[in-house]
Amino acid sequence: MTDRIADIWGDRTPHPKGSVWPARVDLHLENGLGEADVDRWVQSACVLCSNGCGCDIAVKDGRMVGVRGRAGDVVNHGRLGPKGLYGSTPWASSADRLTRPLVRDGGDLVETDWETAMGRVVEVSKKLLDENGPLTHGFYTSGQMFIEEYYTLAVLGKAGLGTPHMDGNTRLCTATSAAAFKESFGADGQPGSYTDIEHCDAVFLYGHNMAETQTVLWARILDRTRAADPPTLVCVDPRRTPVADEAERTGGVHLAPRVGTNLALMNGLTRELFANGWVDDEWVAAHTLGVDDLREVVEPYTPEKVAEICGVSSGDLCRAAAIFGESENVLSTVLQGFYQSHQATASAVAVHNLHLLRGLIGRPGSGVLQMNGQPTAQNNRECGADGDLPGFRNWNNPAHVQQLADLWNVDPLTIPHWAPPTNAMQIFNYAEKGSIELLWISATNPAVSMPESARIRRILSGDQCFVVVQDLFLTETAQLADVVLPAAGWGEKTGTFTNVNRTVHLSEKAVEPPGEARSDLDIFLMYARAMGFTDLDGAPLPSWTNPEEAFDAWRSATAGRPVDYTGLSYDKLRGPSGIPWPVNDQAPQGTDRLYTDPVFPTDTDQCETYGHDLLTGGAVTEEEHRAMAPNGRAFLKGAPYTPAHEQPSEDYPLLYTTGRTVYQFHTRTKTARARSLHDAAPDAWVELSPTDAEGLGISEGDLVEVRSPRGKIEVRARIGRVMAGAVFAPFHYGSWDLDDIAPGQQHRQANELTMTVWDPVSKQPYFKTAACRVTKLESGDRPAPAPTTAASAPARGSSVPPTEGGEATTSQILETTPTYANDPAAGTAHPAPTGTISGRS
Amino acid sequence: MPHLSTYVALADRSEQTLAESFRAVAEGHAAEADIFHTCEMLARWSDGHRDRLAPVVSRYGEDDSITEPERLHASGLAEVRSGQIGLLRDLQDLHVLATLVQTTWTVVAQGAQGLRDRELLSIATSANAETSRQLSWLNTRMKAAAPQALIVDPKE
Repeated sequence: MTDRIADIWGDRTPHPKGSVWPARVDLHLENGLGEADVDRWVQSACVLCSNGCGCDIAVKDGRMVGVRGRAGDVVNHGRLGPKGLYGSTPWASSADRLTRPLVRDGGDLVETDWETAMGRVVEVSKKLLDENGPLTHGFYTSGQMFIEEYYTLAVLGKAGLGTPHMDGNTRLCTATSAAAFKESFGADGQPGSYTDIEHCDAVFLYGHNMAETQTVLWARILDRTRAADPPTLVCVDPRRTPVADEAERTGGVHLAPRVGTNLALMNGLTRELFANGWVDDEWVAAHTLGVDDLREVVEPYTPEKVAEICGVSSGDLCRAAAIFGESENVLSTVLQGFYQSHQATASAVAVHNLHLLRGLIGRPGSGVLQMNGQPTAQNNRECGADGDLPGFRNWNNPAHVQQLADLWNVDPLTIPHWAPPTNAMQIFNYAEKGSIELLWISATNPAVSMPESARIRRILSGDQCFVVVQDLFLTETAQLADVVLPAAGWGEKTGTFTNVNRTVHLSEKAVEPPGEARSDLDIFLMYARAMGFTDLDGAPLPSWTNPEEAFDAWRSATAGRPVDYTGLSYDKLRGPSGIPWPVNDQAPQGTDRLYTDPVFPTDTDQCETYGHDLLTGGAVTEEEHRAMAPNGRAFLKGAPYTPAHEQPSEDYPLLYTTGRTVYQFHTRTKTARARSLHDAAPDAWVELSPTDAEGLGISEGDLVEVRSPRGKIEVRARIGRVMAGAVFAPFHYGSWDLDDIAPGQQHRQANELTMTVWDPVSKQPYFKTAACRVTKLESGDRPAPAPTTAASAPARGSSVPPTEGGEATTSQILETTPTYANDPAAGTAHPAPTGTISGRS
Repeated sequence: MPHLSTYVALADRSEQTLAESFRAVAEGHAAEADIFHTCEMLARWSDGHRDRLAPVVSRYGEDDSITEPERLHASGLAEVRSGQIGLLRDLQDLHVLATLVQTTWTVVAQGAQGLRDRELLSIATSANAETSRQLSWLNTRMKAAAPQALIVDPKE
């Protein structure tokens, strides 16, 4: 019986390069139930990170009681991580679920019926439309709803109302991934595949603590690095993460650039490729544009200059560049350390540049995985709930807008395309001013997750904007709303979603939602009907009434676009699970990786954007784009490094960065309601380097104040493995808690300190570039509540008791590895390690 | 070359005006985070153009005594307007100033070519390219700001 709090990644199944990753089926059932006790298993995929692991939900007596990994699923080959195992189901039967709508009366939220609550929303909505039109309406969603719900919202927003003010919290987690793809390749779409792990010779992880954020993907990497022929890892991270340890173990490098200097580092790596002749000139000439400009941009970034800016030794930089330049196949992965930091898009694009310069794209082992933070973030991007047009269409291309107008049978001028879609930060800015007067927030908790949270609370609680919140619980955000709508969650509704590497899963309804809670799809449709949205012929808009019809409508919206779902159906998704798009007549079983030809969707009539100036965000015009005649070639784009917006000063001498822990997800709405996860990381903390702690007279467990020009937190200090000069705080902790240890308090909310500033191209807010100071408030009587198992581990030589004590799980390594469609190693399955039920603790 | 020095002076002056105006808009609309940071950065670009031009100015002499082109000198934004529509108008003013800067560099580049002054030509060409990027950002930001500013009644 495995304690997956203590053993995050589970047992190893090492296997040789080029062979299929063995299967291991992980299972957890609540309350000591056994598999024989389960009434039925319902097909789904996990939503507690972006990896998208296929799983089956265990149902007993009408309740979800656990999950089991699907052995045949292409994503996880049966495995699940600690969050998925422990956190997938307990929240659903939590006593504090929202079961009835609430409306604000005399300052208080009071229970009411759906008719009253929706009636109030519709009344405000119609009044605003009459007075000032659709630009008074804003929508802020999530990375956790389903395709059917995003697409329905996109249609009612773009064709029903006609507002450009629609975005998701995906702006906080994955916008840079999308923006970087668009700048380099012309359209969104993950080029690589998880199967690249089995074929690569080196893995570069940029600002990506995969060991904690995507534990199952990390297990997949460990099963290669612990084999006899491991790939070499390179880790770029200001913390000494498990990824950094593994990089060192495999003979690679850990580069810890000073917070806010990623682009200088990337420019240095790029320059090394040019300087050492590691550029495939022929490939570059045939398949890219812009190499001369890029060479000129990176020329000043000598190893010595990079060392000076980043605080990374020139030797380490050169060694990392050599690993990239000389390995036959390289896989790169990127996440928040780049996306939420200074010069985000330019840094993520620089990763593409490295691959393009060597032609390392579109073949097994050579790929890029720009990661997402959330399970369905990809669909928010695809469906246009992030403000973009559905199907990766270009808002600046009249032909693309006309396609949607034809599809929806509406006037093209209804569809907001006269300006770029409004990003989340700007939506809240308009709401602050009262120029957006109705803000509808679904399945997300901006009062905790957005930067400068005191400002966000002020915006949501003010009278200038009517706030509707749709959620599972009365979150910190819902408490500030004018109307609260109770939503059904995962397992309580049917729908589809797509993970980081384009893999689509069906998640079936397993149980009834509690009380009067309804699916997000039903809520959006209820609003659309009550508003009376119709197409040009007077037919209801959207035309569908249930998830499968919505999915079919979405499929037709993707025809002819890179994100092609036309070959998928609910029935097909019920087969061997996990099918990556594009799925169409040419690729009926889906597509493992893109750009094998390599032809990129950069043609002016095909592309999703004409591109931007990476430094200013200024848009390239259609004429300029056409003049470049990209015709399927990828763009090499560079930008010089500029210092971050807030530099350390005498008052605020340290750099402040926020992030995640393996046991919690986002603002903990689900994970903290699972006892095993809650207890593993029960409260907030801050990490200091031993050097800084000594200088400040701070010891492990001391209560400290961390202050920036915007606010402060008071939390316990972990003397940990963050680089000197930097301070790390997890962003998960708001005022809510399972044990009510902090009612109504913001004293531990990391975003009290962060800045309102965002990337010029992706508009992703920068959570990792503030300056701060740390002062000791009182001596501690116990260690900080930070886990010891991963990046928040104490510095060497410390005597903090280990994090452990998770409920029992089982894990079974299959002796016969199933067959996985599209797997380039198919037919090379290596005999799996022997042993079945594994136990460690 | 009786007028080249005048135009070199005009380039210097108009870049100075543009830089000051970018800074005024940055400060005046500091609550708009992207306006604040981007305008500060674009002001530094104009500063950089002037720094590079400085040796040429001393070589030719900065002659702004001739009255005719003097009328071309634009005055910058002394103070910013308020609200969303005010921001839109301020961006429009910056665009006008940047256009003057750009055409000035075009004219200076012509003169530099005639004189085979490679240093001046290089400065004028690269500054012109960066002015295009300033203009492109202003255009992009105006397009984004316009619908809300024009259509939705701002509450001041």
